[in-house]
Amino acid sequence: MSEAMQKETAVDAPAERRLNMIEAINDALGIMLDRDPDVIVMGEDVGYFGGVFRATAGLQEKFGKTRVFDTPISECGIIGVAVGMGAYGLRPVPEIQFADYIYPGLDQLISEAARLRYRSAGEFIAPMTVRSPFGGGIFGGQTHSQSPEAIFAHVSGLKTVIPATPYDAKGLLISAIEDNDPVIFFEPKRIYNGPFSGYYDKPVEPWKKHKDSIVPEGHYRIPLGKARYVTEGDQLTILAYGTMVHVVESVCRTKGVEADVIDLRTLVPIDIETVENSVKKTGKCLIVHEATRTAGFGAELSALVTERCFYHLEAPVERVTGFDTPYPHSLEWAFFPGPVRIGEAIDKILSE
Amino acid sequence: MADRPDTRSQAGSNKPALALHVPEPKYRPGDSVDYSDLDIGEAGGQPRPDEACDPKDMHELAFGLVRVLGEDNKAHGPWDPKLDPETLRAMLGHMALTRAFDERMFRGQRQGKTSFYMKCTGEEATSIASSMALAADDMVFPSYRQQGILIQRGYPLIEMINQIYSNKGDKLKGRQLPIMYSSRDHSFFSISGNLATQTPQAVGWAMASAIKGDSRIAATWVGEGSTAEGDFHSACTFAAVYNAPVILNVVNNQWAISSFSGFAGAERTTFAARALGYGLAGLRVDGNDALACYAAERWAANRARANAGPTLIEFFTYRAEGHSTSDDPTGYRSAQERTEWPLGDPVMRLKNHLIALGEWDEERQDEMDRKAAEKVRETTKQAEANGILGHGLHHPFRTMFEDVFEELPWHLKEQAEQAIKEREIKFPGGLKL
Repeated sequence: MSEAMQKETAVDAPAERRLNMIEAINDALGIMLDRDPDVIVMGEDVGYFGGVFRATAGLQEKFGKTRVFDTPISECGIIGVAVGMGAYGLRPVPEIQFADYIYPGLDQLISEAARLRYRSAGEFIAPMTVRSPFGGGIFGGQTHSQSPEAIFAHVSGLKTVIPATPYDAKGLLISAIEDNDPVIFFEPKRIYNGPFSGYYDKPVEPWKKHKDSIVPEGHYRIPLGKARYVTEGDQLTILAYGTMVHVVESVCRTKGVEADVIDLRTLVPIDIETVENSVKKTGKCLIVHEATRTAGFGAELSALVTERCFYHLEAPVERVTGFDTPYPHSLEWAFFPGPVRIGEAIDKILSE
Repeated sequence: MADRPDTRSQAGSNKPALALHVPEPKYRPGDSVDYSDLDIGEAGGQPRPDEACDPKDMHELAFGLVRVLGEDNKAHGPWDPKLDPETLRAMLGHMALTRAFDERMFRGQRQGKTSFYMKCTGEEATSIASSMALAADDMVFPSYRQQGILIQRGYPLIEMINQIYSNKGDKLKGRQLPIMYSSRDHSFFSISGNLATQTPQAVGWAMASAIKGDSRIAATWVGEGSTAEGDFHSACTFAAVYNAPVILNVVNNQWAISSFSGFAGAERTTFAARALGYGLAGLRVDGNDALACYAAERWAANRARANAGPTLIEFFTYRAEGHSTSDDPTGYRSAQERTEWPLGDPVMRLKNHLIALGEWDEERQDEMDRKAAEKVRETTKQAEANGILGHGLHHPFRTMFEDVFEELPWHLKEQAEQAIKEREIKFPGGLKL
């Protein structure tokens, strides 16, 4: 068992408590609001109503209106005031209702939050965690389905974190909130309520059947920058994050492929050691993400693997991604990098 | 006047042709300037409402000009802050020092000691007098032309010059464009360089202060041109929605580089009138009248501190010099604008007021100016011992990779090693890293 596979924080919790990803995120927010009086939660519809995905349900009632509150529909304003709150000494956790809506806040994220520590030589910091649901597979059309993680991974000074299970969502979110750097926390909304095999025409499986829906009570951390082995195998390495972790796992199971499936969990800073060790062992690397292909995060991963593992590679690095189109509403399953696209890529790489 | 449209596309149509209006300033280089149509009102002519006033009951203050100092150099009307002579002399001193500093730093840039500088000549009152009306620990979120606040708050000149020279004494480690200061100890937020981003940040700081039940308020400064940014709209909205204890100062100096205020909407209404649509208190103030600047800022500070709401203040002033050392205003505006500006020069006006009070004279003014110039000259020499831009005496090379994150991640460690290797190849035989 690799080091990354071990739970970083020992927990002694009743094994019975099973949460879906929304409940796990809600749990993490509640714990941090309770532990740290400087944590505040804000965003569109997050207060009384508890968020359009219910991630903040009950938090305003419990912690009051000055700790958990609605904001105007202004992502620029939400991120901008969060920078000011960080300068004051608070630890804001703004929600951007959909990752697709984050663009009006980009200047405040890229030019301000990400560079504040650097430009002020540490006098001011922006310790915010920007939570936002991302990804497709819920018939959200082109404005409720995007995966813009590569934009943020490209920015120096931002950390980008993407959980794939309820257990991870809670531990990673707590680490993100406690982190003194700005963190983009993208939540794969397709798997809020259950892991996803990639077969959209099959019934949704609830989280409660999944081992990683066991979420301990109380505070625990999963460190940022540490990947997780989902399965271990010698045939190839598959790098994925978010929803795609589950699709990949399901395809491997169906095809009987024994792969090191690695859930990256954090894109920046990436756990290069885990990636390198695995690819050097298997000699083959497949990268899977839902985002569009050109200049996607897969391109960075492919370059890293090629630069660092070239003499161990037995086949070209392969990428499976969304297509370079907007996310089409009626044809979303033609866009989505599902089992067929992944299966083909596995066959190709294994035939080399 | 509207530009004549291309009527060919309308051939055969009897519908009226639409016409696009592209604003044009009244005066261009070489033009004679006549400001007689500018309604500046009378000093003392504006009412001063209670600080808890409902914004809808003070609309007229967003269109007139709050003025205190009259042509007779005396203070008039209800906005007279009735400052004692000692305070007035201190105010004048900060303004004189700021002007001397600007002169010296501008020359330093021309002498190649740094890459860039920005003067605030003619606008000193909008930062210095207003800053004096705040508490020293109220948080300010300035734009790039409020060096007067740092000088007023007693930030050491040598720190400013070290920053301008990006030398080894620069507390910002040579990372920021000159004049983009930061001083947490002086409650002075890090200046960005991206425009108007500081406005919602100030509102957020003020919201945090209110969340915590603190007593400190926030104030931000933004140029009239930058009020066109979405950030400013967000700031006004959030300030109004949460009744944030914040002051939004708009310095209307008429010019955003070469674009006159008409490109931010000044042909249609005032910048103070922006407040009305949001339900903010709005004040339009003679920005070259230090007493009016002080009084307006104090009014807004009292209002914010009493939880009575945020205020948007427009300081109506004139950018007497170029936008920066990289700008030549003779290429786009009439030189007469400065000399004909009907609201005069803020330093002269305050000086003449003190003289009229019998509390000052030309000899003491000369002495003040001489001492300011001397202090700047001495401090410049001390700062130059720490190096000037491009002369090697910058921060240690390794600091380049620090503070991107709290801890150095592996990829930056690798890049730092690469950079060190490059230095060794470029400077064999050992250059200090």
